[in-house]
Amino acid sequence: MARPDATPLLEVCDVVKSFGAVAAVRGASFPLYAGEAHALVGENGAGKSTVVKVLAGVHRPDGGTLRVDGKPVDFGTPGEAKAAGIAVIYQEPTLFPDLSVAENIAMGRHPTGRFGGIDRAAMRREALALFERLGVRVDPARPARGLSIADQQIVEIAKALAGRARVLVMDEPTAALTGVEVERLFAVVRALRADGAAVLFISHRFEEITALCQRVTIMRDGAHVSTDPIEDLTVPEMVRRMVGRELGALFPKQDVDPGEVVLEVSGLRRAGVFTDVTFQVRAGEIVALAGLVGSGRSEVVQAVFGVDGRDGGTVHVDGRAVRAGSPRAAMAAGMALVPEDRRQQGLVMDLSIQRNVTLPRSGALAGFGLLLGGAERREARRWTERLQTKYGDLGDPVGTLSGGNQQKVVLAKWLATRPRVLIVDEPTRGIDVGTKAEVHRLMSELAADGVAVVMVSSELPEVLGMADRVLVMREGRVVAEIDRADASEEAVMFAAMGQGVVA
Amino acid sequence: MSTDRAPRLLSRISWWDAAIIVVTAVVLAVAAGAVDNFGTGRNFGFLVLDLLPIALIALPMTFVVITGEIDLSVASTLGLTSAVLGSLWNRGLPMETIIPLCVLLGAVLGAVNGLFVTVFKLPSLAVTIGTLALFRGLAFVVLGDSAVADFPASFTSWVTGTIGTTPIPNVLVLLVLLAAVAGVVLHATPVGRAVFAVGANEQAARFSGIRVDRLKFWLYVVSGAVAGLAGVLWTLRYSSARADNGLGLELAVVAAVLLGGVSIFGGRGALPGVLAGVVLLATLQNALRLSDVTNEALNVVTGVLLIVSVLLPNLGRSLRAALRRRRHRVVRQT
Repeated sequence: MARPDATPLLEVCDVVKSFGAVAAVRGASFPLYAGEAHALVGENGAGKSTVVKVLAGVHRPDGGTLRVDGKPVDFGTPGEAKAAGIAVIYQEPTLFPDLSVAENIAMGRHPTGRFGGIDRAAMRREALALFERLGVRVDPARPARGLSIADQQIVEIAKALAGRARVLVMDEPTAALTGVEVERLFAVVRALRADGAAVLFISHRFEEITALCQRVTIMRDGAHVSTDPIEDLTVPEMVRRMVGRELGALFPKQDVDPGEVVLEVSGLRRAGVFTDVTFQVRAGEIVALAGLVGSGRSEVVQAVFGVDGRDGGTVHVDGRAVRAGSPRAAMAAGMALVPEDRRQQGLVMDLSIQRNVTLPRSGALAGFGLLLGGAERREARRWTERLQTKYGDLGDPVGTLSGGNQQKVVLAKWLATRPRVLIVDEPTRGIDVGTKAEVHRLMSELAADGVAVVMVSSELPEVLGMADRVLVMREGRVVAEIDRADASEEAVMFAAMGQGVVA
Repeated sequence: MSTDRAPRLLSRISWWDAAIIVVTAVVLAVAAGAVDNFGTGRNFGFLVLDLLPIALIALPMTFVVITGEIDLSVASTLGLTSAVLGSLWNRGLPMETIIPLCVLLGAVLGAVNGLFVTVFKLPSLAVTIGTLALFRGLAFVVLGDSAVADFPASFTSWVTGTIGTTPIPNVLVLLVLLAAVAGVVLHATPVGRAVFAVGANEQAARFSGIRVDRLKFWLYVVSGAVAGLAGVLWTLRYSSARADNGLGLELAVVAAVLLGGVSIFGGRGALPGVLAGVVLLATLQNALRLSDVTNEALNVVTGVLLIVSVLLPNLGRSLRAALRRRRHRVVRQT
């Protein structure tokens, strides 16, 4: 077991990593000892994934050191991390589907026979030995295609062991597994621990963490909060440490008397993604969809807006049904969607600011079917100025703007359609604090003007500051509806993680 | 602020468009000076007739390539409509009926491409290579190795004739008209805006309410219809309906479009550039043919132009990007 005086297998010391102006990790430190399973927990965006990528050699840290067996190492490539004995098992395994299980395990270090050919018998023996060590049964001869996610993870683990990995990093390995599969994975992890390997386990599920891990490191906003033995921490204490931030007056939502129901979603269903989603939004209301990444929030709003289809359920705006699978119909009904991914969904990066702002309205702006530039330019200028967007020329490609100004262009584009229902998905992701406050003020103003606002957000302070009501989603279902008065970070996080709502 | 106004305006006019227009002018001037018979009114007529099918088909092809797709079946559509035209004429239908039917046939063939690309979500390269073979094969089924030649002079002479006593070919008027329509639609209508948006980022276009599949489907229909019209004009020009009419023409069309500055990756391009590309390609071919260069050698020229036109804009873009980075760095340091 972990002993403070022993040399850790792997030690992370004050690792710092920034992307542009965004500090993703601001000083993460924790040791990993042989024979322990160590949980790494934190909210979305706390910096866990960045730490994983630093360990995997995908990102090079800007500062701090990694030590393996007490010796500092510097990984320039994933290959170097692998050579140092660190293997990362991702949520979505990356096997070659058309190669056999044994070939996947041996990939990159095929045993060769006498004449330089691949020694298939040796490959098979190695795979069988590894599976025996892990206590699982997988046929080494079958192709990787068609294996369940759980089996694919097992193969990934076998592959890591075949590469002499001593540190296994598992990034949310259980997210796609059933209960039985989780149990088997845990058995494998326990076997590895007994063998003297160290496992870094990332999960949002507290029951798994307490069942499997000996120690837990908590991160928040890119910084290290604490590393403690699991028995010293209660679940509520972990949640408090994960979310415990000062809630300033940064997110002012004006109080508005809600009007008529504008958006009514009922029984919305999309097979395998979300099911039975029902909610209403009144004029002047801001309703937040909270939940963990992958809980189905973005998928719900995309189906409401018609970018994705739906398998069942209805969407009404002002009492009129909106046709499924047609953004056109949704726009005609008065809906607007500011999507999650600005670069891929919100904007056409190569096109000018002007063209981007007027894209949804080019038909309405044309005179006699023609667009001669003047109307587009005036419209674009009006809305970008209203949002105080900073740019050189309306003809510049929108990709030349900063993230915050790009987000303002997306907002301008949709506000220009004068929506009755504004859906915003992660409206302030990756933008600076000042612009964030502007976006929040704008949403509040819109609500005051009688727009029904639906906000998907992973930032709890934003959710709590802006929303009149919070709908919490977990695994494709709305699991809780919390009024503004009752909403607290703990209540939302508990619901999002499946711990039930606490008063 | 006011100092960088001018270069910004300049940079908006695509340097490639400017270059291609200059090169075309130079080639025209050199050909007029150095090649015997190039500058004659008679040759001007031939030149226009030579470039007519390429130019016509290049118009919708420009739209298709800007959306990020391609239509390689156009020359086979031309061949099939030509064969059907001959066959229907043999059966005694009047030309006034046959011509609209042929354009309609082209539209239907285009719809087949559109269906496979938008409904079955197959890559357009594969689909239109398939229909390239399929339509050409059908052309041979319809007409075999034979040719139909006895078309009424009133039709054939209109295609090869000029306006009154001027050297301006009748078909040039048709071409200018269609090119003007295509230019306006591409650069000054909501449809044109959608075409560029789809080519630059299809997902964002969809999120903006653009009906991407519908747009692409109709572009293929128009592409087929125009190829059908080109088939009619081709047949009447040579007064010969044959299954192998226009064989390999799709390469010349794609070369002209890319030469005209349209990005093979979609999202970029302009119609004036494409027209210059067509003129450049046709002029080179015409001048070389007048200089007794063989058809095989002409194919070499087409191939080289195609590769150059894909290579150069990419080189140019990375060069300019490098320059911009350097300028930014200098600005930041000062």
